[in-house]
Amino acid sequence: MTEQRKLEFRDVARGRALQQRLADLVARAGRDVTLMHVCGSHEQAFARYGLRSRFPQGLRVQMGPGCPVCVTDAPEIDAAVALAERGYRVLTYGDMLRVPGSSDSLMDARARGARVDVIYAATQAAEIARGSREPVVFFATGFETTAVATAAVLLNAPPANLFVLSAHKWVPAAMEIVAESPETQIEGYLAAGHAATITGCGLFEPFVERYRRPVVVAGFEPLDILAALVLLVEQVLGGKAEVVNAFPRAVTKNGNQRALTALFKVFETDAGEWRGIARVPRGNLRLREAFAAHDASLRFSGEFAAPKLPRDGALECCCGGIMTGRLTPTDCRLFGSKCRPDTPVGACMVSSEGACRIWYDLREREASE
Amino acid sequence: MCLGVPGRVIEIEGSTALVDFWGVRRKVALDIVDEDVSLGDHVLVHVGFAIRRIAPEDLAETLAFFETLTSEALEGLER
Repeated sequence: MTEQRKLEFRDVARGRALQQRLADLVARAGRDVTLMHVCGSHEQAFARYGLRSRFPQGLRVQMGPGCPVCVTDAPEIDAAVALAERGYRVLTYGDMLRVPGSSDSLMDARARGARVDVIYAATQAAEIARGSREPVVFFATGFETTAVATAAVLLNAPPANLFVLSAHKWVPAAMEIVAESPETQIEGYLAAGHAATITGCGLFEPFVERYRRPVVVAGFEPLDILAALVLLVEQVLGGKAEVVNAFPRAVTKNGNQRALTALFKVFETDAGEWRGIARVPRGNLRLREAFAAHDASLRFSGEFAAPKLPRDGALECCCGGIMTGRLTPTDCRLFGSKCRPDTPVGACMVSSEGACRIWYDLREREASE
Repeated sequence: MCLGVPGRVIEIEGSTALVDFWGVRRKVALDIVDEDVSLGDHVLVHVGFAIRRIAPEDLAETLAFFETLTSEALEGLER
């Protein structure tokens, strides 16, 4: 994308026009309209471009379970910490480092001398293992966008000493949990453009059919988001429920078949805990039996520690309510007091994609202006 | 982690490309990209893997989509 193209996606007059159209639509509804996004990158874009303050009164856009760092369950982090503390070299993406497990984070383990290294590309896991004679554990986290990368690494002649500890999650399964939750009165969903690049927007059709709620796939520029919100509210007003692709420059109906084939060759869906939310049927991605030789959960099965008690304050943490759209960060008593980016209690305060962290940073920025 | 970054392909060697992200250059794996990638193409990259070739015509399609939607909205403003 050239600079000029980027500017077109941020065109101010067009943004204002869309904003006005959104306001008109919500006014015409004559009541509150409640939507949900399911992507941390959308909340980031809201904060970066100040979009929330421009939403018309009466439009509520709740945050959904859209941050992979936040939904990685504490026992999954405990498992990675346990292996690091047993002396194995553990590789992880940077935003997982500080997320607390039941008691400790990988950063805590590293401070005590464990070998934990940050990688930014899945291919590095194989490279590091190739350069080493000892077992290397790749703590693989994230939604389908990063799971396809892990799959590609395991399909490309991985070294025998590379072991994957999979905490990968499958987003569409979590949307169903939210839709079935009686407290959340969500009328339409803003789906994540990047994840849909892999899955395709056709994947949401059974969801729309079943729950009779519209889904609009959106990109991450201000115009992408405003346009998608307009298309959602239009459907809500018209009593329609359809899948609309408002991100055609990246998303197709069938998605990236090559990536999906790789994904399901290596992984299968399984029920799993999403931190603070629920046990999600088909919500986790675990390695298939054919990849057992690289499965850290099998190879090191005797070396994970016993379940730990939650750390101080963790029971008061509202991350689960925030990620299912029932609460906002400022509803949590810990927000900004006990729970801050330097002393996070919940995972939502750690990741730059976490709702609490985004709201905290925005508040600090506004206070300093 | 799930930040997708678009960049421009400046070199290709086998199934690896050198991609320019506004001045930062990184090697990117092409194993699971959806279409054949050529020099000068844009790709959307997640954790070191290109997951989508962004064809020039797709960019144009999104721009045309905004054009339609925002023209309607602009007319609405003028009324």
